[in-house]
Amino acid sequence: MLKQIEGSIAVAEAIALCRPEVVCAYPITPQTHIVEGVGALVKSGALENCEFINVESEFAALSVAIGASAAGARTYTATASQGILFMAEAVYNAAGLGLPIVMTIGNRAIGAPINIWNDHTDAMSVKDAGWIQLFAETNQEAVDLHIQAFRLAEELSSPVMVCMDGFILTHAYERIDVPTQEEIDAFLPPYDPVQVLDPVEPYSIGAMVGPEAFTEVRYLAHEKQLQALRLIPEIGAVFKDVFDRESGGLIHPYRTEGAETIAVALGSVNGTIKEVVDAMRDEGAAVGSISICSFRPFPLDELEATLAGAKHVVVIEKSLAPGLGGILASNVRMALREMAVPVYTVIAGLGGRPITMASLRGILEAAAKGRLPDVQFLDLDHGAVEREILRARGIRRSGPTAENILKSLGAAAVAGDE
Amino acid sequence: MFQVRIHGRGGQGVVTAAELLSVAAFTEDKYAQAFPSFGSERMGAPVVSYCRMDDKEIRLREPISAPDALIIQDPTLLHSVDVFKGLNPQGYILINSRRTFEELGIAEYVARFPAHHVCCVGATELALRHVGRPLPNAALLGGFAAISGQIHFDSVEQAILEKFSGDVGAANAAAAREAFDIAKAMGAKGMTAC
Amino acid sequence: MTEETALQRVKFYQTGTHTVGNRLIDKGARSVQSSMDRSNAITSGHRACQGCGEALGARYALDAAMRAAEGQLVAVNATGCLEVFTTPYPETSWQIPWLHSLFGNAPAVATGVAAAMRRKGRSEVKVVAQGGDGGTTDIGFGCLSGMFERNDDVLYLCYDNEGYMNTGVQRSSATPPTARTATTPALGDAPGNVFGTGKNLPLIAMAHNIPYVATASVAYLHDLEDKVTKAMHIPGARYIHIMVPCPLGWGTASDATIHIARMAVESGLFPLFEAEHGEVTRSNKIRRRVPVKDYLAPQRRFAHLFKKGQEDTTRIARLQRMADANIERFNLLGERESP
Repeated sequence: MLKQIEGSIAVAEAIALCRPEVVCAYPITPQTHIVEGVGALVKSGALENCEFINVESEFAALSVAIGASAAGARTYTATASQGILFMAEAVYNAAGLGLPIVMTIGNRAIGAPINIWNDHTDAMSVKDAGWIQLFAETNQEAVDLHIQAFRLAEELSSPVMVCMDGFILTHAYERIDVPTQEEIDAFLPPYDPVQVLDPVEPYSIGAMVGPEAFTEVRYLAHEKQLQALRLIPEIGAVFKDVFDRESGGLIHPYRTEGAETIAVALGSVNGTIKEVVDAMRDEGAAVGSISICSFRPFPLDELEATLAGAKHVVVIEKSLAPGLGGILASNVRMALREMAVPVYTVIAGLGGRPITMASLRGILEAAAKGRLPDVQFLDLDHGAVEREILRARGIRRSGPTAENILKSLGAAAVAGDE
Repeated sequence: MFQVRIHGRGGQGVVTAAELLSVAAFTEDKYAQAFPSFGSERMGAPVVSYCRMDDKEIRLREPISAPDALIIQDPTLLHSVDVFKGLNPQGYILINSRRTFEELGIAEYVARFPAHHVCCVGATELALRHVGRPLPNAALLGGFAAISGQIHFDSVEQAILEKFSGDVGAANAAAAREAFDIAKAMGAKGMTAC
Repeated sequence: MTEETALQRVKFYQTGTHTVGNRLIDKGARSVQSSMDRSNAITSGHRACQGCGEALGARYALDAAMRAAEGQLVAVNATGCLEVFTTPYPETSWQIPWLHSLFGNAPAVATGVAAAMRRKGRSEVKVVAQGGDGGTTDIGFGCLSGMFERNDDVLYLCYDNEGYMNTGVQRSSATPPTARTATTPALGDAPGNVFGTGKNLPLIAMAHNIPYVATASVAYLHDLEDKVTKAMHIPGARYIHIMVPCPLGWGTASDATIHIARMAVESGLFPLFEAEHGEVTRSNKIRRRVPVKDYLAPQRRFAHLFKKGQEDTTRIARLQRMADANIERFNLLGERESP
């Protein structure tokens, strides 16, 4: 049913339709509306047979989910930013135990400096924890990916993280086709666990494993992700049969045929990128874009095939590996290891900095001319950072960097007004 | 695409206004995207929300820097925030005030716009009278429907009634209706204030 | 004969101990462990040290829990000795469904298991969570407090050996004052763990007003079984804090575990009591009071208090005052009317 609805609430409704049996809630901006929405549906009785548990931390949220999932319940939770760091130990544990928990990340920056706005640092901090990580481009896709996530998680017995940009998607009201219970029931079979805590057939789960077997266990975790590479498109195809729309899959290429410059990105910024691609295509520029939906597993082959004709690859990413540059870009380079194509890293949208059509266009035009540096920070205030670097060089007790930058920007604004 | 930027203060229902506008557009089978300025602002702090409307899917995700219309829920922001930044020269301005543009000190500025594109409506007073609370957001959407012609009043009314149930919905709808009538009358007379 | 009278009135002590033999009491009052149909939740062949108090306590506690739950039991385990010595891959000592997740999250994991069982229509399956004192009083404390305040249907068993023994005997917030550990060496002006630190988890558990809190000791295994059995029949969050001496960490002989544990109780340093909804309802009376010195002296972790010719009388006296305070607070000599 088509609704004009907040992304978080649409996801909450979709989660409820997936019939979760245990949902753990701990508040952190900007994912709060999702679990609040699920909680309201439990409290009102609209979602039956579900335990909604208010826990004392994100670490507890995922830990309760681990217990519930191991006991055979379909289990869901959501978090963001510092929350994922606080539960990081359990994030790895859930994957190591092979528990099919579905978790939403309302992507948000990580401090210090504390920042509640969107970027992808939180998801990147656990990219190698063994979870499948899917990134939604729109709120419709966020809804659809959650539905697919349960099926994917339970078929593989692996946890799945659905990443949706904080505020930009979570707080946006858009037209969304929220599925019916019948549609979801047709798509998502009941959870049939591969391992379950049951006195009838007692297992020990979570035993200590020494050097003699640890590598084999880890290999199987890798192999599971490789299975997901096959399963994700298959589930997307089944989804299309039931819901009659394309959602999910590994990557979404956009006007890449004949494109010489191709932008690659995760999440909602792909919408803005598509607008730029259309505008530049109208003017005859050979540009295209790829939205990566599945970041883990990483679709090396699909990217290589789609980028095969490109002369310039521009990775626009909302994350930073300090001391290296890009995280997504490093992965894309891995896909292009057989090709001599420049891969530019554009660090953009950190801590909620708007990524505008104008700035993106400038980047793609510069890339087409081969004029982009290896790593570029989009819309960086060079003056502000230069001033701070110089200042810190001159004074030993130069003070906290974040506060100095704010002070410097404030002073510049006042000077500009005068 | 038509882009609206709404300025107000935390607690004034600025985000709800954008949401309601998007729902009104949705009821007319348009695509609409409403979103807040993503702040952690508390009550009383300046806040911004946005609404885009189009006949096709809206993919753009950047904040609205060049709006086609401005709804200013609190006139005290006029001199503390650059509310007019980026406004389309043929755009629309709706201000929640019973004062004239002269009294607000922006007569010279608004004179650049077509006369029927700019309007002041005392929406807080309308809300107080109809709803009993100084929340001007719903009433202003009636005024917006009148001056912009981008959305039918019926759609605004429907969105309000969906969002607020019972008496609160009816009262907000009545406030919006009165604001719509006032703004229409202004436009017809070429007046810019009430 | 009721349980209560069995505990309070029987006088047939075995020679040299205060433990009544199973042969001498009613069949119904005999220990779970003495029964042929005990579940052997932790079966033999595990890799605990000789004289391990935790292995003994866990075995008695879980077999009692298994009997109370009629075999419908799931155990969640925090990281620690118990987890390590029972599951050296690919072997396991656990005859019951058992889940180990992390060091600090056993209470929360148990909450999840209980919630799932309820939703799966399996509410007859009971859940115990267990951890050492580090996993309980320190790193798992947040999750434990959350589990308590939500009154989740979990019995939490803390096996307290007063330190991080699994990692090589470091201080925890359950380590007593003056005890030497790897991180509180017996050096300087205040050798060992300092006074005025640490937390009393049973009292903190009581402050959550949960239905049942008890302390128990491997020196009183029948009492331990009784408390576990009682707890298993109460819904909601329950907590039993069990003293389990660690020969390695305490520097005691492996055949002295029970003796040492008994002296901890008889000195008053480790009071045995039960509390319901935040109020102490009963304390186990000390039958033969011993000075704390007798408890401390055989343990190498307290050896610095007993150097030849320069006994640390000040600190020993201070520890004695702690024991005296416990005796007064919990009425351990039965000098007042109940509890």
